[in-house]
Amino acid sequence: MNGDDLSAVAALNDPVRRAVYEYVVAQGREVGRNEAAEAVGVQRTLAAFHLDKLVEAGLLEPGFKRLGDRTGPGSGRPAKVYRRAPGERQVSVPPRDYRTLALVLAEAVDLLGGDERAAEAARRAGRRFAGGRGGPAGRGDAAQGPEPSEELGAVLGRRGYEPYEEDGRLRLRNCPFHVLAEEHPVLVCSMNLALCRGLLEGLGRDPERARSDPRPGECCVSLSINNDN
Amino acid sequence: MHLAQLNVARLRAPLDSPEIAEFVALLEPINKISDGSPGFVWRLKESEDDPQATVQHAYGDDLVINFSVWESRETLWNFVYRSAHLPVLQRRREWFLHVAEPYAVMWWIPEGHVPALAEGMERLELLRREGPTPRAFTFKDFHDAGDLLGGPGSSGGGDVLDGAAPSGGPYGSSEAASLPAAAEARK
Repeated sequence: MNGDDLSAVAALNDPVRRAVYEYVVAQGREVGRNEAAEAVGVQRTLAAFHLDKLVEAGLLEPGFKRLGDRTGPGSGRPAKVYRRAPGERQVSVPPRDYRTLALVLAEAVDLLGGDERAAEAARRAGRRFAGGRGGPAGRGDAAQGPEPSEELGAVLGRRGYEPYEEDGRLRLRNCPFHVLAEEHPVLVCSMNLALCRGLLEGLGRDPERARSDPRPGECCVSLSINNDN
Repeated sequence: MHLAQLNVARLRAPLDSPEIAEFVALLEPINKISDGSPGFVWRLKESEDDPQATVQHAYGDDLVINFSVWESRETLWNFVYRSAHLPVLQRRREWFLHVAEPYAVMWWIPEGHVPALAEGMERLELLRREGPTPRAFTFKDFHDAGDLLGGPGSSGGGDVLDGAAPSGGPYGSSEAASLPAAAEARK
């Protein structure tokens, strides 16, 4: 475990600071001080203090941007804005290193051409993520589970996908398997799609609602919110 | 410098067979995405009129070849793995055989150079023979353009190149600049 990671994570211990961080992250864009203050319900100076602490900790990245419509002379100084810093922080007590082993295993699966089996395993894992709802394979009885539409988003949120709605689909701002997906994109993105489909199955929904729909900087899967794919 | 990329795949059945029809139908939309992607420079096309035509070559009828040039690793990556190309890639087993040896290679070329297919196939051979080097590498074992200049000692990235041979410079100097590394790779 690296000391910087520990201090970065520890910086989130303050509840206001964590709320500020979570607000910025959830927007998926640059956020100004006023906006963050309003969203969290604190004074602008307090929001600015926490935003700058988060920069210090390496969790946010600062920038400068003209907010509002005015440009040119007289439009004032550009405002300080913040967005999530790239990179990830890991803290484990006692030390654990699942990532290295996952990378080695992914390489082995690639070498063996075992990606279809890996996707099957991921689909089973997805069904388990649904929390034991729905039936096992082949028994996904949609009739049994009239699920509220928030539930899918909530499960994906708990799994770290950071879902948000766009044009009738749930898109996923965060790839929870980022480092692996950079090293073994086809394998890991196929497993991730299978996992999302298993999750839908486990919730008693049509697994085909999830499809491979990649974009730079986001997760590779999107899911339809209503029933038409 | 620009990044050239070549990849090959062995068909499970002849290109005109029903098993491969879905793949053939995807050629036009995917090539359109490729050619419209940020950072796309060039792609080897068999025909300007037939968007489904695959590259004709003498390396075997069952071999499908893609050959393109990009501005950077990131732009190529975003097309290959972060566009509608990825779902096609995920279905590759439906149409292509699994091969144990490397099937994709990339290397740096001077801007403006239009690479020949034989050059690309040689780079793939080089990768298969010697593993990843600055002259023939992969996404996983990537080499920056600057690695060509300094030989094995420098893995420092583009800084060396920026000083010695600005990108967009005349081909002559860039070609010459790659010679020591070329000699190195042949040892």
